[in-house]
Amino acid sequence: MSLAVLLALPFAGSALAALLPAHARTTAASFAALVALACAVGVGFQFPEVRDGGVLRESWAWMPGLGIAFTLRLDGFAWMFAMLVTGIGTLVAVYARYYMSPADPVPRFFALFLAFMGAMLGVVLAGDLVVLAFFWELTSLVSFLLIGYWHHRADARRGARMAFVVTGAGGLCLLAGLLVLGHIAGSYDLDHVLAAGGRIRAHELYPAALALVLLGAFTKSAQFPFHFWLPHAMAAPTPVSAYLHSATMVKAGVFLLARLWPVLAGTEAWFWTVTLAGATTLLVCAYLAMFQRDLKGLLAYSTLSHLGLITLLLGLNSPLAAVAAVFHVMNHATFKASLFMAAGIVDHETGTRDTRRLSGLFRAMPITGTLALVASAAMAGVPLLNGFLSKEMFFAETVFVAAHPGVEVALPVVATLAGAFAVVYALRFSVGIFFGPAASDLPRPAHEPVRWMRLPIELLVAACLVVGIAPAWSIGPTLAAAARPVVGGTLPDYSLAIWHGLNAPLAMSVIALALGFLAWHALAPRLARGELALAPILGPWDGQRAFTRTLAALARGSGSVLRLAGTTRLQSQLAWIVVTAIGVSLVVFADQAFGWGDRPRVPVEPAFALMWVVGVACALGAAVQAKFHRLAALMMLAGAGLVTCLTFAWFSAPDLALTQLAVEAVTTVLMLLGLRWLPKRLPERAKPATWRVHGRHLRDFLLAVASGAGLAGLSFAMLTRPSSQSISPYFLEHAQPGGGGANVVNVILVDFRAFDTMGEITVLAAVALTVYALLRRFRPPRESIDPPQQQQALPADLVTDLGSTRDAGDTAVGYLVVPGVLARLVLPIALVVAIHLFLRGHNQPGGGFVAGLVVAIALIAQYMVAGTRWVEMRLDPHPARWIAAGLAIVVATGLGALAFAHPFLTSHTAHLDLPLVGTVHLPSAFFFDLGVFATVVGSTLLVLVALAHQSIRAPADEAGG
Amino acid sequence: MEVVVSLAIGALGGSGVWLVLRPRSFQVLLGLSLLSYAVNLFIFSMGSLSIDAEPIVVAGRVGDLLHYTDPMPQALVLTAIVIGFAMTALCLVVLLAFRGFAGSDHVDGAPDSRDHDDGSRA
Repeated sequence: MSLAVLLALPFAGSALAALLPAHARTTAASFAALVALACAVGVGFQFPEVRDGGVLRESWAWMPGLGIAFTLRLDGFAWMFAMLVTGIGTLVAVYARYYMSPADPVPRFFALFLAFMGAMLGVVLAGDLVVLAFFWELTSLVSFLLIGYWHHRADARRGARMAFVVTGAGGLCLLAGLLVLGHIAGSYDLDHVLAAGGRIRAHELYPAALALVLLGAFTKSAQFPFHFWLPHAMAAPTPVSAYLHSATMVKAGVFLLARLWPVLAGTEAWFWTVTLAGATTLLVCAYLAMFQRDLKGLLAYSTLSHLGLITLLLGLNSPLAAVAAVFHVMNHATFKASLFMAAGIVDHETGTRDTRRLSGLFRAMPITGTLALVASAAMAGVPLLNGFLSKEMFFAETVFVAAHPGVEVALPVVATLAGAFAVVYALRFSVGIFFGPAASDLPRPAHEPVRWMRLPIELLVAACLVVGIAPAWSIGPTLAAAARPVVGGTLPDYSLAIWHGLNAPLAMSVIALALGFLAWHALAPRLARGELALAPILGPWDGQRAFTRTLAALARGSGSVLRLAGTTRLQSQLAWIVVTAIGVSLVVFADQAFGWGDRPRVPVEPAFALMWVVGVACALGAAVQAKFHRLAALMMLAGAGLVTCLTFAWFSAPDLALTQLAVEAVTTVLMLLGLRWLPKRLPERAKPATWRVHGRHLRDFLLAVASGAGLAGLSFAMLTRPSSQSISPYFLEHAQPGGGGANVVNVILVDFRAFDTMGEITVLAAVALTVYALLRRFRPPRESIDPPQQQQALPADLVTDLGSTRDAGDTAVGYLVVPGVLARLVLPIALVVAIHLFLRGHNQPGGGFVAGLVVAIALIAQYMVAGTRWVEMRLDPHPARWIAAGLAIVVATGLGALAFAHPFLTSHTAHLDLPLVGTVHLPSAFFFDLGVFATVVGSTLLVLVALAHQSIRAPADEAGG
Repeated sequence: MEVVVSLAIGALGGSGVWLVLRPRSFQVLLGLSLLSYAVNLFIFSMGSLSIDAEPIVVAGRVGDLLHYTDPMPQALVLTAIVIGFAMTALCLVVLLAFRGFAGSDHVDGAPDSRDHDDGSRA
């Protein structure tokens, strides 16, 4: 099976599982287990390829410009991890079938479960640093969703969030660290990076890369001081804990440390950081585990402690220790997964996980009890079980480490102590709950689980025994294949035997077992009475509290920055934007001479100057009058707009002039419609302004003058310089032969840059729909409803809504009759003009935009003079259908090019020979422009009609809000 | 002509900035319209001011910028005019909806309380 298929299989399975019906527990579980099994078998068959140091590679270009490829890579170490991920995955899937309640949405669980498996396989198989970081983040994300699976529980949500914040932040550090590594190595390819170890360790950026990578690894593997998230993640369903939080995801951190061991290890910095973090976690968490009351909490802290052990081994800079670390990864995964499952069974069958209430379960569940006993013994490091072997290797490493004298003494002591603690918590988990007096107050009477729920544990415990009794025969080849890449290709000498003679490690084991047994004997009665709820000395120190405080402080800090630097007032925001714009322009021009160019001037024509005297007067007048004389200001705005329009016409832009004219009309109608709903504002109501207001006026006036002067100066400076070379000659040359049209502006819009235009009309349509949606809920305020005086108190038989529609009787008869008739006469003429503009648009000024606006104006004129009701009784324009049709035509035209194997929106000109008409050139851009036309008509009408409809609505208080 | 066009852009832009900084929503709306005139004219004039040189291809005339005015700024501005209309419409409707919601046509719903007046300043 190819690596890509292996990786894709869980994700495909995840998508399928998500589609299963909510109660399909057995189907979903069997499906997930089969997918996992298929992956496991697929991985298993690759063993011969990687057994002797071979490496399988598959690579696809991903971001070649950045030197990043989607590379998958399988060597012995990755194979071992992939086996763990898929093998334990299969067992957990079977187990979860019986663990999950029928009330849980099980397909979601298995979909996430398979997605996690895929993400974890991605981490393991990644052959490129960026791919590794990608899947790494994916495991954090899916783990978040899995921990929060029971999202109705507050502890699940909190635990999920904490795990995500810690591992996610670590993931970002890791990404940065991996990028630095790739930068030093000159490639993100894992093989290149692994080969560049010496260069990386000597590089000046090595400390930074090391710190960042370690942050990523320590957060993921919950190493001190980031260990606090793992116990909180125990709010997850137990299968998740068994899978993610013992066997796979938390191992991703140590996986990374081992993966990059040949690159990063071997320095003082590595030794001190990694060893210290590992040793602290090992000791502190083993200590805390002894005092846990919750079975899963106990296992969580013990997991932390074992992860610390692996980290410590990797930190020792010794190949033999690295081999031991790899070995312990496998052993820990087998016994800890089975212990979690056993804890889940106890929880499932008795209804509690509280060690104070659980006691004497062996009589009720002898088989589960036996399995848990064996697995706990493996955890405690009892001979003839797999845990013993890797622990012996660990003890040996601590004894024979050559380093600072202090370390040489301290490490064996720490190791023995942690070993004794491990014995205590293992005894509490096994003997403490399975022996002693039978518990009487259990929520449910204890009994054995169904056969299939126990099967995964039986298999795992069998593995513990087989490895423990015949290690060289059972696990030897796998360990050799897995450890070889970690230590850089050459395996050190080691012996996988149970008996190494009477030596220091054996003595440490005996001491740890004896000490642990004594301590348990002393502690157990006190713990059973409910004493020592918090572990002495270290108990009160709580990582979670530090975490919450940090988050709260961050939120407070950003809050005060926001209060200091932010404002919710629009005027201040706009003022700062203007100030920034002026400031940036000043900075830009500060170090270069600002002056006029020497391009030949266009001679001034008095008419044009006079026109702009009017235009500027209009603009200034609008600025002054906009507060109290809105209608006057609106008319002056239109005046300035018309002068702008004439300017376009003057300087050879007929298309712009046409469009501006049409838009000007539409905008004026729009604002007139809106004006009605604004509150009255009369000058005599104004009170004397305060000094604060005067100050703001002065500030705004200065800003306005500065920006006006700046704009004028900039324009003049630009206009008097020769224009630079542009890409326009291309358009001018190719408009006719390539686009089939003489009007270059139109050809640019519908052909050269058709994709932009498509985006633009989509925006237009979106705005129209937004306006419609906003106005649907809008009810005009009552004060704006009363009809004006001239429309009040008139006959009853009039069909119009120009006045008050709630009482048609008071509307004037004959109101606007003459303009109404004229507007109706103009309608067909306007439509002909629009068709004319549309048809000639490709060769002469015109086109879809302006034609659409003309149609919209003609229709809206009917609304204005005859009233909404009158028009819609006779003609319903259905603006939304115009929009839909227009966008559909545009997209269909674009897709049409695909049918002829050209890129999207490629245009083509057909030559048709029609009878009577002669030869017609029909470019595909014609249809595109038709779509533009329809969209513009629909959008404009939708906006204006939605506004017009306000006048026939009940006021806000009558509509009930 | 350059002087006239520059002064026009400056006057439109200055009036627009003044209005945009006003507290009443209708003023802001007019300000945005004036600003868009100024900006459209500015972009348009970057293609140089040519008289009687429409970018409509005539047979026999060389297709370069000496014989035609630059069509590209025109295409950009044409798009900008239509989008400007859409933006004006959206602003107007948001303004109306907000007016119904806040019961006032102040851009922030109510004048700054530190001004200590009844909100009727210009």
